[in-house]
Amino acid sequence: MRLRKVVTKLTGFASLIAVLAAFLLGVVILLGVGANPLQAYRALFVGAFGNLEAIINTAVKATPILFVAIGVIISFRGGVLNIGGQGQLIVGALTAVAIALAFPNCAGWLMITFCLLASFITGGIWGGIAGSLKAYFNVNEILSTIMLNYVAFLGMNYLLRGPIMDPLQKELGSYIPQTAQIPVQYFLPRFSRTPLHLGVLIVIVLAVATYIFLWRTTIGFRIRTTGENLRAARGAGINVGGYQVLSLSLAGSFAGLGGAVQVLGIYHRLFTTGSALGFTGSAGFNGIVAALFGQLHPIGAIPASFLFGALNTGGNSMQRAVQVPSALTTALSGLVVVFVVASEAIRRRHSRKAQRDEVS
Amino acid sequence: MGQIIASIGSSALQYAAPYLYAAIGETIGQRSGLLNLGVEGMMLMGGYIAFLFVRMTGNLFLGIIGAVGIGLAFGLLTAFLNVTLKAEQGISGIGIYIFGLGLSTFLYGVTLRGAGTIDGFPDIVIPGVSSIPVLGEILTQNVLVYASFLLAPLAWYLLNRTPFGLKVRAVGQRPEAADSIGVNVNRVRYITAIIGGVLASVAGASLSIGVLNVFQQNLTSGMGFIAVALVYFGGWRIYQVLLGCLLFSTIDALKSWLQVAGVGIPSEFTLMLPYVVILIVLAAFARKRVYSPDALTKPFERGEG
Repeated sequence: MRLRKVVTKLTGFASLIAVLAAFLLGVVILLGVGANPLQAYRALFVGAFGNLEAIINTAVKATPILFVAIGVIISFRGGVLNIGGQGQLIVGALTAVAIALAFPNCAGWLMITFCLLASFITGGIWGGIAGSLKAYFNVNEILSTIMLNYVAFLGMNYLLRGPIMDPLQKELGSYIPQTAQIPVQYFLPRFSRTPLHLGVLIVIVLAVATYIFLWRTTIGFRIRTTGENLRAARGAGINVGGYQVLSLSLAGSFAGLGGAVQVLGIYHRLFTTGSALGFTGSAGFNGIVAALFGQLHPIGAIPASFLFGALNTGGNSMQRAVQVPSALTTALSGLVVVFVVASEAIRRRHSRKAQRDEVS
Repeated sequence: MGQIIASIGSSALQYAAPYLYAAIGETIGQRSGLLNLGVEGMMLMGGYIAFLFVRMTGNLFLGIIGAVGIGLAFGLLTAFLNVTLKAEQGISGIGIYIFGLGLSTFLYGVTLRGAGTIDGFPDIVIPGVSSIPVLGEILTQNVLVYASFLLAPLAWYLLNRTPFGLKVRAVGQRPEAADSIGVNVNRVRYITAIIGGVLASVAGASLSIGVLNVFQQNLTSGMGFIAVALVYFGGWRIYQVLLGCLLFSTIDALKSWLQVAGVGIPSEFTLMLPYVVILIVLAAFARKRVYSPDALTKPFERGEG
């Protein structure tokens, strides 16, 4: 009995255990390919946290992850699984860059606000497509958001190779698929001379706001009720279809905002690498991982996103230091999801058993 | 014209193989109540291992053995997560997808970077048939393709005419009832999860050593997810799933043909075709889902007392 309580308590640290387990398996994988795991992990750690510059880089990498994670949390809490972060980031980024390039002579703060708002809306529409398909056509949202990722990615590539390609690239004949740089006054302000930009602050404020929204407002309550018990929500007169659409729209909106912040804050243009991840790194997926790792809580997602941002920056230094592909960190993220899901399931089972024991 | 039809038809049958292996495995799993969203990741791992083994040994048979082995491992892993631990199936599947994507990319980078192509399974010439113009060219395929089409009636027979198939359907529909007459619900689901894992992995192999004869990062580019969607589209019935597979392999064949033929359409739009079509098709057919397994994604918990 007492032991069981200890077990239940311990699994509160389940997320940390999940990361440890993933890293342990990572050791096996690294040994398997003949790399030195100690060296690899040291490079990863130093690359992510070694000095102030590394920490700032990690925070900057964590920003789009947190944007996606906030959206994923809203959707998961609403009972719909948004895997569309990748596509929604792209749609938001496209919106921001297109507007910024179309109106080059506005006041900076005005245009920044406008770009962010617009990407919030277009991201929301993109997410809302999957939401409507789910609510009104009974289409599995996991599948539809994944398909929409591909559509967004290919659409972006088309636009970058044609309509919105940097005119200079056409003139020079180099045809690199990227846009022109946006006007300097539209750059998000940075803190002194570091790459740390305003978006980092915005996303943290939004995470807190999302917590208030989900737990302290009526709409948030209804979203969570829809997610927790669809039947009860319907019985209580909640328009569950509408709230499913809203959850996925908001998920798209936050990811879209994340895409705009990447453009205005870091790259100052849009480009494609040709890989299926486009310009987004793997923020679309890492956002899901971070949301789960943060126990689907917006505040918990802040350190979780930082951790996966670290994995991102650290992965690159690891690749340079021990010549193993940084994709290892993707594999580790996948393992973290698997372990988090497993530990969550174990925790539920123990708490059920504990309940039964108390009854009998 | 005949030449065009022959080449599109022939590659349509070829591309059907990976869809068929993956979608049939997924159908069997879903009929038992298990949603496996990790198919894409398993395809990538199977495709990678098969390519690696063939590249190292030149033995195609070993490639398939390797894929079966890795599929077994992944099938067991999903079974453990979804059946034993009763994990949320949507999320565990995404975890396995990300893991498979990352690991196959990583291992590819370590072992195979710039490996080029291999000699995959050769076409089997059927005397008499292969010499017929157009039709002969379409029907001359390699053994992996033939086997994938044989798999459909086999799976149908397994599900609808054998005691095991009856158990699978019972477990997917009314697990409590199945349990009450002595069917071991979890064992049946373990078996279907492993079948699904092996078939998904072989699906990847059929792509890397049967159709394309290359391996690269994210080789499958969504085929696994489309295969899952095709199970919904086919209403969990093998022959309708087969039709869906043929529809999408034809789209893939048209896609490659359009790219080569150099028609005025930007390549991004032709590449976009399958993803858009699957969205439309899912929306159009979703309402007609008369036969969804009741216990899909619901873990089985034996009632007390």
